[in-house]
Amino acid sequence: MQLNREALTRAYRQMKLIREFEERLHEEIQTGEIAGFTHLYCGQEAVAVGVCEHLTERDKIVSTHRGHGHCLAKGCDLDGMMKEIWGSQDGLCNGKGGSMHIADIDKGMLGANGIVGAGAPIAVGAAISNKIDGPDENGKLAVSIAFSGDGACNQGTTFEAMNLAVVTQAPAIFVFENNHYSEHTGVDYAVGTTRDIASRAEAFGMKVWRGDGTDFFAVYDTFREVLEYVRTPGNGPAAVEFDTERFFGHFEGDPQRYRGDGELDRLRAERDCLKIFRASVTGAKLLEDVDLDTIDTESLKAIEDAVQASRAAPRPQPENVLENVYISY
Amino acid sequence: MAKMMYRDAIRNTIFQEMQRDERVVVLGEDVVGGNGTAGGPEAIGGIWSTSTGFYDAFGPNRVIDTPISESAIMGAAGGLALAGKRPVAEIMFADFIGVCMDQLWNQIAKFRYMFGGKSVCPAVIRMPVGAGYNAAAQHSQMISQFVTNMPGIKVVMPTTPEDACGLLRQAIRDDDPVVFLEHKFLYAMSGEVNEDPDFCIPFGHARLARAGQDVTIVASGMMVRYAETAADDLAQDGIGCDVIDLRTTSPLDEEAILDSVEVTGRLVVVDEAPPRCSLATDISALVAQKAFASLKAPIEMVTPPHTPVPFARELESAYLPSPAKVAAAVRKTLEYR
Ligand SMILES: Cc1ncc(C[n+]2csc(CCOP(=O)(O)OP(=O)(O)O)c2C)c(N)n1
Ligand SMILES: [Mg+2]
Repeated sequence: MQLNREALTRAYRQMKLIREFEERLHEEIQTGEIAGFTHLYCGQEAVAVGVCEHLTERDKIVSTHRGHGHCLAKGCDLDGMMKEIWGSQDGLCNGKGGSMHIADIDKGMLGANGIVGAGAPIAVGAAISNKIDGPDENGKLAVSIAFSGDGACNQGTTFEAMNLAVVTQAPAIFVFENNHYSEHTGVDYAVGTTRDIASRAEAFGMKVWRGDGTDFFAVYDTFREVLEYVRTPGNGPAAVEFDTERFFGHFEGDPQRYRGDGELDRLRAERDCLKIFRASVTGAKLLEDVDLDTIDTESLKAIEDAVQASRAAPRPQPENVLENVYISY
Repeated sequence: MAKMMYRDAIRNTIFQEMQRDERVVVLGEDVVGGNGTAGGPEAIGGIWSTSTGFYDAFGPNRVIDTPISESAIMGAAGGLALAGKRPVAEIMFADFIGVCMDQLWNQIAKFRYMFGGKSVCPAVIRMPVGAGYNAAAQHSQMISQFVTNMPGIKVVMPTTPEDACGLLRQAIRDDDPVVFLEHKFLYAMSGEVNEDPDFCIPFGHARLARAGQDVTIVASGMMVRYAETAADDLAQDGIGCDVIDLRTTSPLDEEAILDSVEVTGRLVVVDEAPPRCSLATDISALVAQKAFASLKAPIEMVTPPHTPVPFARELESAYLPSPAKVAAAVRKTLEYR
């Protein structure tokens, strides 16, 4: 653990913000105020934050249908995201995209994605662009990251993207978040190389890492190595598989009958990345409980403010339908 | 007759066909749901509840939960069909046709013709279509315009539970590949269904959903419901509409459309696809070509604009056709002098 106080505080704040963002959405969705399909990232925060804390705005990420955590971790505006999910004209995508399509290109966030497996090829394209742009003054390349689930690793697009990245030696990183489920199906059934997605990536000829996705420090330290490798010109792509957990249903409204007895309680008790982080930093006397409690309070307030702002935000008008497309009639 | 929901009509029909013919095989993502989990197979039973109980009744050989791999689902349906089975594949959302277009368009659609008529490909591909759930640009689309354009594919768009039953049975028994487009909004709608285990509705025969002398409205799928509502409202003002439910867009019941237009002289086409190169334009062209002399007014098309499907509620309702938009189009054709 080489992180200083400020970096630790920041990491915790990011994870907590994501957590509260999702917990609040879970409640708001029940009221019917929020439309559409929403997939919550609760439980996986350490992956998004442990990865994105290393990145700069030159680095790009491509996300999935479960994208809120990646977006926040990459620096998307909290209010803008909440407003988008509320379908406001002031949302990050003017209410056109919603939860599954949040993007902020300037922040290097090339979009959440409603199509499972669509992200990886896009990330490879961005990585080829990084390669064309070449290294910075320190001799390091910008990278592009594809976040994918265990389910997405079964999509041909993901395989093609991995191979193309190897063939082009593009500085792409495939981050597989194995939360053991794709919708209602278990990874033990759907992935032939059971619980070992990284070995698939390895077979394409790239270097791979594995880590515990519920431990921020494991993610952070592993990803530092991955990045060092991929930023070095000539090394090409890499992949990393993080073992993680999803605390809510696949989408909001999922009855989750596929879960075992007491599974969710056990996950919340034993595999909660926020609890694990707190125990580890307070145990090592790097931060005090009160420091973290303050962040908890501030996060809740930030979310409350974002929700209030979203409720008050202007709604789109019918004529806005025709905007943002080269021609419309 | 029995009253049931559209989704149950679909489920029951597949179930009965699986009982009747052991060549019928179901495959798709989460059609079993729960495989590889503590809850076990059938923990969910299909996200649209159109395959509940199949796995328990017919087992893993004939009820296949697939990984998220649409190309493999579509291609395997083609292979199963070429090898003598009768697959009923589910693509969870029609939008995902983008992932597996080759296997449908270049493979399944073309086998019979390319192989000189020496093979059949009795695959049914079920795909839920349509907007109305604020599911945004990649989970809301209509795809009838693509698949109707593919030679070799039959395209079905049932509106009522009874049609879902009779057309699906026909699709499963048909030797050609059939794309079966189920509108998500119709799943929960109820209606009487013919319970005859051999009840089939032949393709290419439209249904007259409403009868009237003044204007012809042509629609399919969910759009028929809007057209019916509009027609009922207009009837209050003494305006009579023929509402033609196409049922199948390929083959197309040209006669039903032309016969009606010859009487009314006015046509409104309602379509959930964007307005260019679609069913709406196709049917307009057909009528302009073959019933030109009967027309008393320009043809009206009620379609979404030429944009992707937007997310926000206000935007999506501005985007979609509606009974009010259909009624306005009918009035416009009547006002033309
Ligand atoms: C091409 C495509 N197929 C199917 C779906 C439906 N779908 C959405 S998410 C999902 C499961 C994804 O599982 P995984 O990649 O493990 O991500 P997780 O949901 O666990 O984050 C499925 C099947 C989709 N959106 N796109
Ligand atoms: Mg998963």
